[in-house]
Amino acid sequence: MTHDRLLRDRAAVAGLVRRIADAAARLGRPATYMEVCGTHTHAVAAAGLRRMLPDGIRLVSGPGCPVCVTPVGYLDRALALATRPGTVLCTFGDLMRVPSSTVTLEQARAEGRDVRIVYSPRDALAIAQATGQEVVFLAVGFETTTPTIAAALAEAEASGIPNFQILPGSKLVPPALLALVDDPDLEVHGFLLPGHVSVLTGWEAFRFLAEEHDVPGAVVGFAPTDILRGVLELLEQNAGGRCAIVNLYGTVVSPQGNPTAAALVERFFAPADDSWRGFGEIPHSGLALRPEWAHRDASRIPVVLPPPREPAGCRCGEVLRGVIDPPECPLFDASCSPATPVGACMVSSEGTCSAWFRQERWGSA
Amino acid sequence: MTTTSRAPATLLLAHGSGGRLTRELVREAFLPVLGNPFLATLTDAAVLPELPPGRPALTTDAFVVDPAVFPGGDLGYLSVVGTVNDLAMVGARPLWLTWALVLEEGAPGELISTCATGAARAAAESGIAIVAGDTKVVPRGKGDGIYAVTAGLGVVPPGRDVGDHRIVAGDAVLVSGPIGDHGATIMACRHGLGSDDLRSDCAGEAALVEALFASGAEVHSLHDPTRGGVLAVCHETGERCGLRIHLDELAIPVRPQVRAVCDVLGLEVLSLACEGRVVAWVAARDAGRALDAVRGQGDGEGAAVIGRVTERGAGEVGLVLETAAGGRRPLDLMSGSDLPRIC
Repeated sequence: MTHDRLLRDRAAVAGLVRRIADAAARLGRPATYMEVCGTHTHAVAAAGLRRMLPDGIRLVSGPGCPVCVTPVGYLDRALALATRPGTVLCTFGDLMRVPSSTVTLEQARAEGRDVRIVYSPRDALAIAQATGQEVVFLAVGFETTTPTIAAALAEAEASGIPNFQILPGSKLVPPALLALVDDPDLEVHGFLLPGHVSVLTGWEAFRFLAEEHDVPGAVVGFAPTDILRGVLELLEQNAGGRCAIVNLYGTVVSPQGNPTAAALVERFFAPADDSWRGFGEIPHSGLALRPEWAHRDASRIPVVLPPPREPAGCRCGEVLRGVIDPPECPLFDASCSPATPVGACMVSSEGTCSAWFRQERWGSA
Repeated sequence: MTTTSRAPATLLLAHGSGGRLTRELVREAFLPVLGNPFLATLTDAAVLPELPPGRPALTTDAFVVDPAVFPGGDLGYLSVVGTVNDLAMVGARPLWLTWALVLEEGAPGELISTCATGAARAAAESGIAIVAGDTKVVPRGKGDGIYAVTAGLGVVPPGRDVGDHRIVAGDAVLVSGPIGDHGATIMACRHGLGSDDLRSDCAGEAALVEALFASGAEVHSLHDPTRGGVLAVCHETGERCGLRIHLDELAIPVRPQVRAVCDVLGLEVLSLACEGRVVAWVAARDAGRALDAVRGQGDGEGAAVIGRVTERGAGEVGLVLETAAGGRRPLDLMSGSDLPRIC
C-alpha cells in the first residue's frame, strides 16, 4: 500500500468514524457486533479500531481462527500419530504451540518426533514423494483452506503417491454461526461476515442469519475502511429496523461462491458433525473424507489416546463464543501470554487472546 | 600480494587441522583481501598500538544468516558491518575487529571467497582493520556452510555519553532510512519470492553516526534495529528509560516492495530486521539539524522523524503506535521464533 493511499485511508476512516457516531446516536442503545474471521480480529486490533468506536458500540470476536477451534482431541491424535515409527507429521506453523492433553507439537519435535512446518498441503505431498516415508498432513482450516487440501489429495491420486494421508479437521463457518445464534448467552446485534470464506461459499450462504434468526450481517473486506463500513451498515440496519445480509465486498464475493472449488471439495469430503473447542459438537460443521478415500484418512489409524484434558481455568471457550473479552479470563496476562500460551486463542496471531494481548493491552492506566 | 581471495574449490576437514592446508587456506583465501600489518604477522595474538583517548568499547557477535549470500550482501560483509554498528551505537569509533569462521566440510570455495571479500570490503568502507582471525572446519552435516564470530574494539571519545539513561520526555525519534529491507530480502530469498527490487540494507553506520555528532545535535541514544526490528529496539528502550515512546505509522519509511513481502508472508514490518539503519533519540529542538546531518550521508537520504517520547504513568505500556488508520494501539514484542537466522 502506498503512502498516499494510507493518507487517504486515514481521512476516510475519520469520516466513517463520524458517521458511525451519528448512527449510534440515532440507534440510542448499545450494540454488539461480532466478526468471525481471524484476519478481521487481527485487522481490528492492528489498526486500533476498537477504541475509535463510540461508547456502547462493541466489537467481539467469534470462532474465526481455525487453530483456536481445533479441539484438544485432534491434537492428541496428531501427537499419537507422530510417535509411529517412520511417520512424518506436516502442519501449518500455527498448530505447533497449541496445547494438547500432554505436550505441544513443538515439544514433540524437540523430543525427536518428525514434525515439519509446511506452507501448503502440496509441500507435504512433495515431502511424501521425496522421502518415501508415511506423511500425515494436519488438515485444519475453514472453507478457504479445504480446496487446497482437496487439490493435494487429487494430485496424490493422479500421481499415484500412496504414502500421503491427512488427518481431517476442516471446519465450516455457517453451521458455527447457526450454533451461535441459537446460544441464549450470546447477545449479538449483527455479524461482520468473513470476506475470504465468502469468496468460496458465496454471500447467500449466510442469508439464513437474517431470514430465519433476525440477525443482520455484512460481508466485508480487511482494510480498516472495509471493516468500519460494515459497522456503519449494521448500525444503520439496527437503527432503521431492517435486517438483511449485505455484500460490501462485491469485488471478490459473489452470491454463489466458487463452484470449481466446491466441486473439488465435494469429490473428497462430506459434511459431518464435528467438535469445536468451546462449543462441543456442532451438527454438520466439519468435513469428513468420503469412504472411498479411506486410504487417505489418518483418523482411521488405530492409536492410543490419553484422556482429553482441557487446560484448567482457561476460558477460551467463552472467548470463542464472544461471551467474554479476553481480559475477563483470570489467566489472561497472568499465566497465559503469547510466550507461554495456556489456551489455543493465545497461540495463533489470529487468536482473539493473542490479538488482545499484543494490541489492546494498555497497562493499568 | 594479489588482491583476490582464492579458496580451494571444496573445503576439506584437513583445512581446519592446523597443518599445511590450513596455512594454504589462510594465505590464499584470507590474507590477500584482509591483509594488514597486524594480521600478516600470523602470531597468536595481535599486538596493537595504544588506544586514542576515551573509554574503550568492546563487543562480540555471531553470524549464521541463511542464505549466506543474498542480494545486497553476504555473511562476511554482514559480520563486519554488524560488529562496527554495535560499536557505533554506543558512540564508539570502531578501530579493530577479530574474525573467526566455522566452516563446514564440503563448503564451496566460492562461498568462502565471497565472504572473505565481503568482509574486506566492509572493513575498508568502515576504516577498520581485521587484526586477528581463526578458522575451524566441522564435519559435513554438523554446520551449514559458514558461520562467523567477531569481536570489535573501539573508543568512545572523551565527553561523549550515549545511552537510554539520557532519554528525556520530548525527545524526537529518528530512523536513518526505510525499514525492513534486510529482513524482507532474507525472507523473500527463503520463500522463493525473488525480486530485483529487494536488497538488504546492510551497511556500516559509523560514518553516519559521526556526522550526527558533528552536526552539534544533542544525541541521547542510538540503536541499530537488527533482530526484532524497530519494534524490539523501541520496546526495550521504552522499558529501560521508563518513558513512553509513540511511533507514527504514517511517518515510518517503508519501501513498497518490502510492504509487499510483508503482505504475502504475513510479517510485521516493524519487527523486520535492518542491518544498516540507526534509530536515534535526539533532543526535540535538534530534530531538524539531526535529520539534515543524516540525510547528507550516502544511505541516510530516506531518514525521517518517526516518533516522540512522553512521560509514562505508573503501570502504563512503554510503546504506542499511532496507526495509519488514525487509531492507537500498544506495541508488544513478538514471541516465538517467527524469523530465525536472519543475521
